[in-house]
Amino acid sequence: MTLTSTDLLLEATGISKTYGAVVALRSASLAVRPGEVHALMGANGAGKSTLLKILTGAVRPDGGTITVRGRQRTVHSPAEARRGGIVSVYQEPALIPDLDIRSNLRLTETPIEPFRHWLNELGIEDLDLSSIARRVPLASLRIIDLARAMAIEPDVLMLDEITAALPANLTERVLAAVGRERGGDRSVIFISHRMIEIAAVCDRATVLREGRTVGVVDVTQGSEERIVELMLGQIVEDMPAAAERTSDGAKASGSTPRLTARGLSSSERLNDVSFDLQPGEVLGVVALEGQGQDELFDILAGSQRPSGGELLVDGSPVSFRHPADAIRAGLVYVAADRAEALLMQRSVRENIALPFTTRIRQWGLIDLASEGRAVDAAVAKLQIDTRAGSEVRRLSGGNQQKVTIARWVAGGVHTMLCFDPTRGIDIRTKQQIYLLLRDLAEAGAGVLLYTSELKEVQLACDRAIVIFGGRVVAEIDVAEADEPALLRAAYNLRVDAPLPEDVAGEAVAEVVAAAQGSTGAGAEGARALPVSER
Amino acid sequence: MSGVASASGARNAWLTGAAWRALFRDRPMIPLLFLLAILVVVSELARPGIVGPEWIGVILRAAVLLAILAGCQTLTMLTGGIDLSVGAVGSMAGFVVASFAAGAGWPTGVVVALIAAAIAGFVTGIGVGVFRVHPLIMTLGMSFVILGLANVWQLQSVVTSTGVPREFRSLGSQAYAEVVPFSLVVFVPVAALILVGLKRTGYGRLLYAIGDNPIAARLSGARSWQILVVLYVISALLAAIAGFLYSGYTNVASVTLVDSAVLPSVAAAVIGGTSILGGRGGYGGTIVGALILTVVSSLLSSLGYPEAVRQVLFGAIIVAVAAAYTRVTGET
Repeated sequence: MTLTSTDLLLEATGISKTYGAVVALRSASLAVRPGEVHALMGANGAGKSTLLKILTGAVRPDGGTITVRGRQRTVHSPAEARRGGIVSVYQEPALIPDLDIRSNLRLTETPIEPFRHWLNELGIEDLDLSSIARRVPLASLRIIDLARAMAIEPDVLMLDEITAALPANLTERVLAAVGRERGGDRSVIFISHRMIEIAAVCDRATVLREGRTVGVVDVTQGSEERIVELMLGQIVEDMPAAAERTSDGAKASGSTPRLTARGLSSSERLNDVSFDLQPGEVLGVVALEGQGQDELFDILAGSQRPSGGELLVDGSPVSFRHPADAIRAGLVYVAADRAEALLMQRSVRENIALPFTTRIRQWGLIDLASEGRAVDAAVAKLQIDTRAGSEVRRLSGGNQQKVTIARWVAGGVHTMLCFDPTRGIDIRTKQQIYLLLRDLAEAGAGVLLYTSELKEVQLACDRAIVIFGGRVVAEIDVAEADEPALLRAAYNLRVDAPLPEDVAGEAVAEVVAAAQGSTGAGAEGARALPVSER
Repeated sequence: MSGVASASGARNAWLTGAAWRALFRDRPMIPLLFLLAILVVVSELARPGIVGPEWIGVILRAAVLLAILAGCQTLTMLTGGIDLSVGAVGSMAGFVVASFAAGAGWPTGVVVALIAAAIAGFVTGIGVGVFRVHPLIMTLGMSFVILGLANVWQLQSVVTSTGVPREFRSLGSQAYAEVVPFSLVVFVPVAALILVGLKRTGYGRLLYAIGDNPIAARLSGARSWQILVVLYVISALLAAIAGFLYSGYTNVASVTLVDSAVLPSVAAAVIGGTSILGGRGGYGGTIVGALILTVVSSLLSSLGYPEAVRQVLFGAIIVAVAAAYTRVTGET
């Protein structure tokens, strides 16, 4: 970091941004040299996307300065950033679905010839510009977004998870094209969860943690370890660990699993996921964003049908056409998004009692007394503050989340699927939710818990499975599931911590071996590509 | 946290607009009843001596008809829908009864009309619930279908105005001591069913649920198509009942009799505080809304303006009241 600011193409310092009570960025900085591909790294919620949006003017920062080629800039809108040579390709396709491709290009004043050139470079030569955007497959839309950005030859091109929805052959073409930008006078900011890609195309990496820039690393062989260390930082023990527990009950031999997934897949994101959920067990699911966990939970909750594989509940095969089928089979789902789960204008009581009346034979007069008892018991168990209970939207986020869980607790839980139930809520409520999940498990329920906060695994789970690229790549016992081990597994890196043979078994050894092999070979292969094409 | 404050805020509500809004939000009936009282006073001031027992009887007879049709709108609007086919269904029902009165008798006509209405509601419900046609389009389309079929029936059977059975005429247009309309015999049980149904039954809860958040309702196991099919059947049956009373009230059997009441019925529900976006509202407010509209309409007639002016004022008042109500109760 001895460069003077004039040597830098883009420099951001001290960027901060809060949304209400949520601090997205505390003090983020980023310095991009001309001609480099610069990785922006960080665990879920570290602030990568917010920083990107601030750089493109989509979001106004609360503080900090941005300089482009040594001159300070205030960017008010993406269009302005674009004229200044800063262009971003976001995670979701940014095309108007009802317009054809040509009209979409016209909207952004994209020159057609260079666009065509980049389409060819990126591997979709046969695109018909008059096709309607919504009929074009997702992977092609991502390529179109990228080609559109590259066609105007921006000084700084920002790519947010550009390879996430791409098949392998297109990924290679994209990485090759990005790699070719190196050494010129333009730069690329590259966000990816795939270490292999970072190693293949990036020169340096800026690492964010909890809204702060915690380090800048030269990307070389073996720098993954350094990056992971930075992303983890010091593991702060700000929460008392959940009570010591014996996980013997969970492993009672001969008991039928509450839930068995065998080779579950869904056309795009999920490949061959298998696991067992035992009664009395909290099974953690760990994955980086977009690794197929959303699809997995949608399938288990009956919202989406799998394209392949088998699902067994208590040993018998099931097939869900509607969430009601899953609920009847005993699989209840606590959604990630409270806005998706709650009737915001209705009372706490109605929200909790909602599943009581969904079947036709429950449509008649409500037995208010027994409903009241069930609701009160659930409210007491979750310690919900119902002072503002006449409308759920007036409750705090933590209390709202408790309502979504209470809804199922009130009816008795057989198997509960929780998708990131503690996202964005206070630490005390989180603690209560862990304890509740443990209680449910003690009472014999099976709990599947996806969490984006790795330290939750050791607080609430008996073991964890790690999903990467739509596959289960590791299974880790709670004793070994500290943040470093989980994060390495989540990035599909080799797992350092030695795992007891009796728990992990051969499967994990295989995965570890596979991960090691693919890391080396993949990095080499991808790194060789741009060179060979030059 | 404004919610916590609202309960205690009601006590010293005299000072701030925010406290008033909190009170109105929690008790939306208060501003409505207040407005109704003002309108009654204005009526009296405009034509001194007009407000009396007979005036009340006249208002109630008209308001009952509107309130039943507005019940259709309330129920469908709670789910985020609307039922524009109430005019066609109601007219058809009244007409069918009249066409049967001379021959098979009016009770047969009532049964046939209710069955026809239920079939129409079922088709609408399938369209909305299963094929996901927007309720506005579906019910508008259905009203043309029903009108067409009613016209076919009209060609088959020749009806004169005397076709409206005597029982319907007294039910729709007469009142005990010229004050308490006989139509309350029909309306009171219907209103009680709707009020209790919305508050105390699982089905009523589900109407609010799918209107508030269809995704949440689905994730909780509610199958919205079942709810919607039943809803539009109920709505069509209510419309048919309103149609019976309309034909008795006007002593007319026509396939377009109730059409002019469709938009007022939507307006009554909106003024009564039911959100057209779904999830909020209730039938109590709707009844008051129907009374307000009826009083406004009678007030405008009593002022002796020409029909065109009355229409302009009526429309303007509906918009103004709906806008004011939205502001005063802090709803969006």
